Amino acid sequence: MSIPIVYNLRSLWQRRTTSAATIVGIALVVLTFVGMLALANGFRAAMVSTGRMDNVIVLRAGADAELSSGIERQSAAIIRALPGVAAEPDGTRLATSDVYVVVTMSRDDAGGSQANVPVRGVDFTAFRARDQVRITEGRVFEPGRPEVIVGAGIAGRVAGVNVGDGIDLGTGSFTVVGRFEADGGAFESEIWGENEQLMAVFRGPVFQSVTVRLADPGSFDEFKARLEGDPRLQVDVSREAEFFEGQSQLLGTILRFIAYFVTAIMAIGAIFGAINTMEALVSARAQEIALLLTLGFRPRSVLASFLAESLILALAGGLLGCLLALPLNGVATSTTNFQSFAELAFEVAISPGILLRGLIFAAIMGLVGGWLPARHASRQVIAQTLRKA
Amino acid sequence: MTRASLVVANLGRRRRRTVLTILGVAIAIFLFVTLRSVLTTLEDSDEVGSESRLIVRNSIGIVFPLPIGYRTRLLSLNGVEGVSWSNWFGGTYIEPRNFFAQLAIDAETYLPLYPEFVMPEEQRRAFMGERTAALVGRGLAERFGWQLGQTITLRGTIYPGDWPFTIRAIYEPGRDRFPDNVMYFHFAYLEQAFGGAYSDQIGTFVLGLNDPTRAADIAAQIDALYENSAVPTKTETESAYQLGFVGLFGNIGFFLNTIGMAVVFAILLVAANTMAMSSRERVPEVAVMKTLGFGDRFIFSIVLAEAFLISLMGTALGLGGALLVFNLGRFDALGFVPGLAVAGRSVLLTLVIAAGLALASGLFPARRAARLNVIEALRHVA
Repeated sequence: MSIPIVYNLRSLWQRRTTSAATIVGIALVVLTFVGMLALANGFRAAMVSTGRMDNVIVLRAGADAELSSGIERQSAAIIRALPGVAAEPDGTRLATSDVYVVVTMSRDDAGGSQANVPVRGVDFTAFRARDQVRITEGRVFEPGRPEVIVGAGIAGRVAGVNVGDGIDLGTGSFTVVGRFEADGGAFESEIWGENEQLMAVFRGPVFQSVTVRLADPGSFDEFKARLEGDPRLQVDVSREAEFFEGQSQLLGTILRFIAYFVTAIMAIGAIFGAINTMEALVSARAQEIALLLTLGFRPRSVLASFLAESLILALAGGLLGCLLALPLNGVATSTTNFQSFAELAFEVAISPGILLRGLIFAAIMGLVGGWLPARHASRQVIAQTLRKA
Repeated sequence: MTRASLVVANLGRRRRRTVLTILGVAIAIFLFVTLRSVLTTLEDSDEVGSESRLIVRNSIGIVFPLPIGYRTRLLSLNGVEGVSWSNWFGGTYIEPRNFFAQLAIDAETYLPLYPEFVMPEEQRRAFMGERTAALVGRGLAERFGWQLGQTITLRGTIYPGDWPFTIRAIYEPGRDRFPDNVMYFHFAYLEQAFGGAYSDQIGTFVLGLNDPTRAADIAAQIDALYENSAVPTKTETESAYQLGFVGLFGNIGFFLNTIGMAVVFAILLVAANTMAMSSRERVPEVAVMKTLGFGDRFIFSIVLAEAFLISLMGTALGLGGALLVFNLGRFDALGFVPGLAVAGRSVLLTLVIAAGLALASGLFPARRAARLNVIEALRHVA
C-alpha cells in the first residue's frame, strides 16, 4: 500500500521555510536554464524566419556568407533568366540581385561604441520576392534616388537613422525615407536601398547574391544542379531558409553550449542542496518513518513517498522558475553574429518546449537529490529508532 | 575544549551535510569566477593590442580595403617608425567550426613591428624564405596537432580556391595576452595566385611609432589627410582597435552578470538553509551548554565561525579550482575567449561575496542560538 501524498504535502508545509528556500534555489536554476535557452532560441528563430523555403539564394562558389561573395552583372542576368524562376502575370521575374556590405556606425549610447550594420541594395522586385518586408513608417525609396529605408531592429540601437535623417553610406549621402519590419527576421537589422545606388558608393559593379523565387518549390534540386553545372557560372546554390539557418549555426551552438554548461554546474549545486534538505527532513522524521514501517508500510512505499516529496519540491521550484522566466519573453537584445560579421537584433523567445525542458530538468534534480535520503529513510532499523520514541 | 575544536567537531558531526554544503558553495564560486573572468578578459581586450602601434582601416567598414598606395605617405609621417599591412584571409580549415584567424602579411616589414613574435632564428629564416610558408601560434599548433614542415590546406571564402600552406615556424607570444592562436602567411602568396588582382587592395595598415604618447596626434593627422579622399581612413591605437571588437558582442556582459548573481543568490539560499537546519537541530545542546555556563557571546561566535569555515572552505575550493583551470591550465574555452584568466579584481570580489555568504547564512542562526531561552529549550532535552 502506498503512503498518501497528503502526508508529504503536510510535511513540506510543516517545514515551510526550509521548503521555500529549496524551491527558490531550484527556481533560480530553472530560470537561468530557461532564460539562456530562450536567448539561443530567439537568435536562431530570427535567422531561420529570415529566409523562405521556396526562395533560392545564389552565392559565388566557396563563399560562406554574402559578405565574401561576388557575382558579376552578366552572371546575375543569366541566373534571373533561367527557366523555373517564378514570374508575375506581367512577366516580372520574382528575383533580386543584392549588394550587401557591412558598415561601421556609432551606437546610440553614451559610450561611443560601434556596431557593424549590414546595408543591402535590392531590386524593386525584392519586395515581392520577400513579401514579409512591410513598410511601417514613411515610404519605400524611389528608383534612381539616394534614399534608404531602415529596419525596425536598428532603430534605437544606432544613431541618426530616423525617417528624415541624412546618412552617409560609403562615398555617398543618403536620406532615410522609411522604416520597415520583416517578421522579426535578420532583414530587420539591415538598411535597404536600391542596388544600383549602393553599388556606386561601395564596391563597384558586382553583386553579392542573387535571390529568386522558384515557380515550383519542388524543383529545387533540379534548379540547383542546373546552376552549379552551368559552365558560365561559378556558384553555390541554397534554399534561402537553409542559408540563413546555416548562418546561425556557430553562435547558436555557442549559446546553447553555454546554457547547458552553466546550468549543469548550477544543477549540481542545487542537487547538493536538495540532498541536504531531504536528509534533514528524513532524520527529523525518523520516528515517524519507523512508525510507518511498523504499521506495515513496505520500505518500497516509504522510498516512493520520499521520492515523491522531493519531486514535489523540485517541480514547485521548476514551475516557479518557468513563471519567473516568462517576463523575459520578447525582451529585445542584439549581438554580433561573427559568421556574417553583422549585428543582429532579436527577441528572447520562450517556447513551450523550452518550458517543458525546464520542468524535466527540475524533476531530474528532484529525483537525483531525493534518491539517497529516500533510500536512507526506507532502510531504517525500526527497533533502534522506535526505542528513542 | 577550545573554541576552535568545538567548531570543527560541530562540522564533523553531520559529515555528509557539511561536505555537500562546502561542495555546493565551491561549485557556485567556481561558476561565478568563471563568468566574471569571461567578462573581465573581454573588458581587458585592450591589453591584446599595443599602445605604441596604430591601426589604419577604411572608415566605411572593417570589410572594405585600403589602397596600398597610402603606404609611402604614411611612412613619411613624422613619428612613424615603420609601416606594414595585413589582409584577413577568412579560410576554412576542413570545416567551418575549426575557425581561427589567418592574416596575409608583408613579413619583411610586419615582423619587425612585432617584437612579440618569439621563435628560433632558423624557423624565422625558413618562414621568410618560402612563399607558401606559414607562421602559426603555439596554441593554434597544439589545437590541431600541427608539426613543423606539415602542409595544411585552407579553403578560401574570400579568395576562392584551395590554398596549401607549409608550416615553417611556430611562435610563442612574447608577453601575456598576445594571441597565440593566429596564422600568418606571405601577402605575396595571395598576390601571385591572383596575378596581381588583389595586390593594390590591403585590409589594414599597422604603424609602429617611436613615441607612443603622440599616438592620438598622429592618428588624427592621418584621418585628416584622407578625410576628403575617395577612401577615407579610421586610425586608432591597436589597443582601441581590439577593444572595438568587444563592443560588437552587444550586452553580453549584462547577461553574464545577471547569471552570476542568480548563481550566487541560489547558493546563498542553499547554504543559509543548511545552517538554519543545523542550528535548529542543536537547540537542546545549546541549552545544555548555556546551563553549564557558556556565555551568549561564546555560543554566538561558534555558530558564526562554523558558517565562516564552510564558506571559506567552499570559496577556497571554487576559487582555487578556477585559478588552476584558467590561470595555470590556460583553458580558453576552445579558443572562444583567448587569454581567459581570473583577474585580481575578481578574486577580491569573490572574497567579499564569500564573507557576505558567511554572514548571511550564519548571522541569523547565531543570534537565535545566543538568545535562546534556556528554560524553554531544556524542556526538549530528554
